[in-house]
Amino acid sequence: MELIAEQIGHRYGDVVALEKIDLTVHEGEILALIGPSGCGKSTLLGIIGGILKPTSGRVLVKGAPPPDSLNPYTYIFQDFALLPWRTVEDNVAFALEHHPIPARERMARVEDVLARTGLLDFRRAFPKQLSGGMRQRVGIARALAVRPAVLLLDEPLSALDAQTRALLMEDFIALWLSQRTTAVYVTHNLNEALRLADRVAILSRRPGRLREIVRIDMPQAERGTPAGQVRLAALHDQLWQLIKAEAQVAEREVLEGGAHE
Amino acid sequence: MSDPNARAIEFRGGGFVIRPYRGAAIVFFVVLIALWETAVRAGWVSALALPAPSSIVKAFYDLAGSGPFWRNITDSLFRIVVGWSVGSAAGLVIGAAMGIWSLPRAIGIPAVSALFPIPKIALLPLFILWFGIGEASKVATIAIGVFFPTAIATYTGIDGVPRNLIRMAQSFGSPWPSIVWKVILPGALPGILAGIRISASFALILLVAAEMIGAQYGIGAFILTAGNLMQTDQLLAGVVMLSMLGLIIGTALTRLEKWLLRWR
Repeated sequence: MELIAEQIGHRYGDVVALEKIDLTVHEGEILALIGPSGCGKSTLLGIIGGILKPTSGRVLVKGAPPPDSLNPYTYIFQDFALLPWRTVEDNVAFALEHHPIPARERMARVEDVLARTGLLDFRRAFPKQLSGGMRQRVGIARALAVRPAVLLLDEPLSALDAQTRALLMEDFIALWLSQRTTAVYVTHNLNEALRLADRVAILSRRPGRLREIVRIDMPQAERGTPAGQVRLAALHDQLWQLIKAEAQVAEREVLEGGAHE
Repeated sequence: MSDPNARAIEFRGGGFVIRPYRGAAIVFFVVLIALWETAVRAGWVSALALPAPSSIVKAFYDLAGSGPFWRNITDSLFRIVVGWSVGSAAGLVIGAAMGIWSLPRAIGIPAVSALFPIPKIALLPLFILWFGIGEASKVATIAIGVFFPTAIATYTGIDGVPRNLIRMAQSFGSPWPSIVWKVILPGALPGILAGIRISASFALILLVAAEMIGAQYGIGAFILTAGNLMQTDQLLAGVVMLSMLGLIIGTALTRLEKWLLRWR
C-alpha cells in the first residue's frame, strides 16, 4: 500500500501549521518526519491517518490493505493513550472488541502480541503499575493486534528516559524487521530517525513545509554496528546543520495560547 | 575515613508528614463522652438542656421497643432511597447528555446555573400543592435536590476525560456507543462518584427539612415532636440516628469508590 499526501495545508486560526506538503509513503518503508517542535509534524501525522481534517489538500491511498488488517492506519501515541481502568490485556483487546471476530481468535491475537512484546507476565497489571517503557510496549502491542497496514508513530519514545528509549528502539527494530510494516515515524530526535528510517523527511516550521527528503541507504540491522555508527554520525552532522538554525528559533519562542502540535 | 576536620551535615528535612494515629480518635470520643456524662451528673449542665449520653442510650433502648418509632426510620429510609435514586438517575442522564452533545449543553448550563442556587426546600410547598401532602412531595424535593449536583458532576467529569483517550478510540475505529460506554463514562466515573458523595449529603439535609415541614412519621418529624415536648433525650437520640445514617452512607460510598476506582 502506498499513501500519497497531496498539497496538504493546515491552519489553527491564524497560525499556518502546514503548507503545500507533497509526500509519498512507499510500501514497506519507514519514513521519519523530523523537525523542530511546533513544525506541525504531529499534525501531518494526524492528517495522514485520518484523525485530523486538513484545511486543504488530501491524502490518497493506492492498493488495498491485507485482508486480515482490522485497522489499516494505526497509531502509537507519545503519551501511550492507555485506558487506566483496563488491565494490559484488556487495553490490547480494546482495539479488537468492536470487530466481528470470534472471542477465541481475539484472545489468541492478544496472547500473540503480548508474547511478541514481552508483556505476558504483566497481562493483568494496570497501566499505573507499569514503567513508561512497559506502557509504551502495551501501546505497541495494541497497535500490532489489529495487524496494521501502516503504523503511524507519534514521537513514541519522547516520554521515556534515554535508557528505556534505547531498549525500546532495539525491540521495535526487531519487531519491524520481522514484519516490515509500512511506518511513518514522527520525532524531533535525529538519532531515532537515523537509526530507524529508510527516508527522513525534514520539515521547516511556521509554516511547516517539506524542506528535504534524505534517503539512508543502509539496512537497519547494520546501523547498530560500529561501522554503521560511524557512517550515521557523518549523516547526523549533515542533517543537524540543516535543522539547527530553526531548532534555535523554536527554542527561544514564547508560546502563544499553548502549543499547537 | 574520619577526618577530625569533617563534621556531619545537620539534618534539616522532615516535618510536614502526616502519620496515622490509630487510637487517637477513639480516646478523644471516650474522653468527650465521659466529660459530658460527668458534667450532667455533677449538675454543671441542666439535664433538660443537655441530657447525659447514658439517658440518650436509655431513650434509644425504650424507643426501640415501640412500633411507631421504627416507622419513623422505615419512612425516612424509603423517602431518601427513592428520592436519591430518581434524582441521581435523572442527573446522570441529563449530565451525560450535557457532557456529550453541544445542544443539551448550550441549554443545560444556563438552566442549571439558574436553578441550582434555589434552596430546594423552598419548593416543598409547591410540590405539596402539586402532589399532595403524601410521600410524592417529599420524594420530589429530595430528587430535585440530588439532581443538580449529580448533573453538574457528570458533565464536568466528562469534560475531564482526557481527549487523547477519545482520539485513541477513534483512531482504532471504535464506534460511537462504544466510545461513550468504554472511554467516556469510565473516565468520568471519579467525578461522578465525587458528585454522588455531595448529593447524598444534600439528600439527608432535604429529608430532615421536608419531614419537619410536613410529615407524620420520619426521623425529622420525630425530632421536631420530641423538641415540642421538651424530650431532649429523645431529640438527641434522633440526631444520633441521623449521624449514624450519614456515617453508614459515607462508609458505603467509600467502599464503592475503592472498588470501582481500584485502577487508580
